[in-house]
Amino acid sequence: MLRLYGKILKTGVLTEKVPRVTPNTSSAVPDVAVGQIGQTLKAVVDRRFRGSLAIRQVDAGSCNGCELEIHALNNVYYDVERFGVHFVASPRHADVLMVTGPVSRHMEAAVKRTWEATANPKWVIAVGDCGACGGEFGVSYASCGAVSNVIPVDLIIPGCPPTPLALLQGLLSLCGRL
Amino acid sequence: MDAFRALLGSERMAFRGLEPSPLPPAACIEIDAGDWGRLAALAKRQGWRWAGVWAEDRGVDLTVNLCLELQGSYLIVRTCLAAGRARLPSQAPHYWAADRPERHIQDLFGIRFEDHPDPRRWTRHQAWAEGIHPLRKDFPLAGLAPGYCPPDRDYPFLKAQGSSVYQIPVGPVHAGIIEPGHFRFQAIGETVLHLEERLGYVHKGIEKLAEGRDPHGLARLAGRVSGDTTCGHAWAACMAMERAAGIEIPLRAAFIRGLLAERERVINHLWDLGALCNDVGFAFGYYQFGRLREQWLRENQAWFGHRLMMDRIVPGGVAVDVCPDDAMKMHRSVVRLREEFSELMTILDANSSLEDRFLGAGILSAEMAQALGALGYVGRASGQTFDVRHDAAYAPYDRIPVKVQVETQGDVASRFWVRYKELRVCLSLLGKLIDGMPDGELTVPWQIPPEGSEGFAAVEGWRGEILCHVRFGAHSSIRRYWPRDPSVINWPALEKLVLGNIVPDFPVCNKSVNGSYSGHDL
Repeated sequence: MLRLYGKILKTGVLTEKVPRVTPNTSSAVPDVAVGQIGQTLKAVVDRRFRGSLAIRQVDAGSCNGCELEIHALNNVYYDVERFGVHFVASPRHADVLMVTGPVSRHMEAAVKRTWEATANPKWVIAVGDCGACGGEFGVSYASCGAVSNVIPVDLIIPGCPPTPLALLQGLLSLCGRL
Repeated sequence: MDAFRALLGSERMAFRGLEPSPLPPAACIEIDAGDWGRLAALAKRQGWRWAGVWAEDRGVDLTVNLCLELQGSYLIVRTCLAAGRARLPSQAPHYWAADRPERHIQDLFGIRFEDHPDPRRWTRHQAWAEGIHPLRKDFPLAGLAPGYCPPDRDYPFLKAQGSSVYQIPVGPVHAGIIEPGHFRFQAIGETVLHLEERLGYVHKGIEKLAEGRDPHGLARLAGRVSGDTTCGHAWAACMAMERAAGIEIPLRAAFIRGLLAERERVINHLWDLGALCNDVGFAFGYYQFGRLREQWLRENQAWFGHRLMMDRIVPGGVAVDVCPDDAMKMHRSVVRLREEFSELMTILDANSSLEDRFLGAGILSAEMAQALGALGYVGRASGQTFDVRHDAAYAPYDRIPVKVQVETQGDVASRFWVRYKELRVCLSLLGKLIDGMPDGELTVPWQIPPEGSEGFAAVEGWRGEILCHVRFGAHSSIRRYWPRDPSVINWPALEKLVLGNIVPDFPVCNKSVNGSYSGHDL
């Protein structure tokens, strides 16, 4: 057990620091550090969502690449929970649905039902190039293509897959609009 | 191979050896459709592993191809079905692994497998009607019935009867950041009496979408068969295309492909080790392995321009180079990870609560693993030694031998530790790949293959053996693409190993197998 605590101490805090926000850094531009986007995001989450933004992630047919990067938001470097953003297990608890993939036709009904199960007010983010426009898979006998072909979408975060930073920026721009 | 030919001869089964093989390094024979089932019985008797089956619509007829493997030799058995006689004896009575792949062909090609023990639909839900077959050439990519696709309500799940037996339906939308699929448990109290998987929710029509693409387009698509295996599938597809076109890639490109694939193995195994810890509530492990994984993802971004290394393997070679400066950094990163392991594994090994949850959970016996043909870490945790890199080595592994790691208990602990042991091997392989990397070109120019030429490839992805078959039409356009992710073979293992465990142990059992839904559903 001592070794375990030793390792924790030795590892230290890797979570990327939140610098003080000055008026110049408050707008999201590409390549700004995690902390900068995060702090702005936290301010919006605090103001608009009483400090807590609940996201339900739905894989509607993705290749699982987007899921890997969404997962990364929870690792120690990004630690998205410190900004008040957390992933929940049920659409009933969610403010935002984060939908990945082209919507496969076999998932069409499940995606619609998940959307219906989410309480108002709710927002939908289509994540990844596939969610944005169908990507590599497009529309076919098996795929409905873009998420917006199935449920209303409020924001698109493109990328194949989008990086955790791009996901954070996307969340920020959604919150910034509200 | 010769022994098998002799056996077929002695059993008076007519076959025609295709010489030279159209699918090297695999040998290829053709048999009558009527002998399809009997051939499986004979192959099983000789200990061949059933590795996959795919069909092809050639317009005038349908062909079905079976891939068998024994001691690193691949054999493709082919049969022709005249149009209008789309029936074939099933091989599922002899090989469990044939069950779902045959049902996939049944749904997508309309070939009926006679005497199949479970002829229910599999990949088909409600997106197309029974009697419609999307992989037939006359079926349009866009489909015949656009419009709302209703849920697949009436799939006949197996039901257990009896007092205090109850069902737990889970999914397709799961309670985490995971892919969709349905699990139907029959349970008594907390004990799992039976588990039935229902997959196919993320069927995106990959095989159909591939038709008509150019080689680069196919490599891109292959890189998205399963996002976590982007290098593995892209490599398999490129290798199959290059063999079809008679292209030999530069040795440097093969080394870089090896480097990418081993890094992919590292990031995925790190993730699995962390996630396994998480599924038993050991947050320390989850965050430590997650930290290491993120470091490697950032290195991927810095050295290869993409965190998951997508689209870095291209037909004819690779799209990235390794400069001496980066090679030095890669060495240092390998050394650092090794040091981290020695610290972390001492801690994990001494953690009795972790041991308590892993040991004895989700046992897959060696006999069961062999009967299923379990691949990758799932097979190797249950005493199966097969590894394409070792048994059917391809460049660069023909120059850098791979030590195959095996555990024998077959429980979650075995699948945890075999991953760790594989990681150690990966690190040593990475060192050798960097040191031994020859100078040379990164790609060779693409040559248009003759119309109808085909290629076959087997590559060891991080989950296990990936198979791929490609056939070209005119002007380098793809006529048929068949990828077989190891998940297709390993998913049924989960149904078996979870039996008798308690329902709350299902997440950790599931993670210990970690099948790809997308790679399975295509």
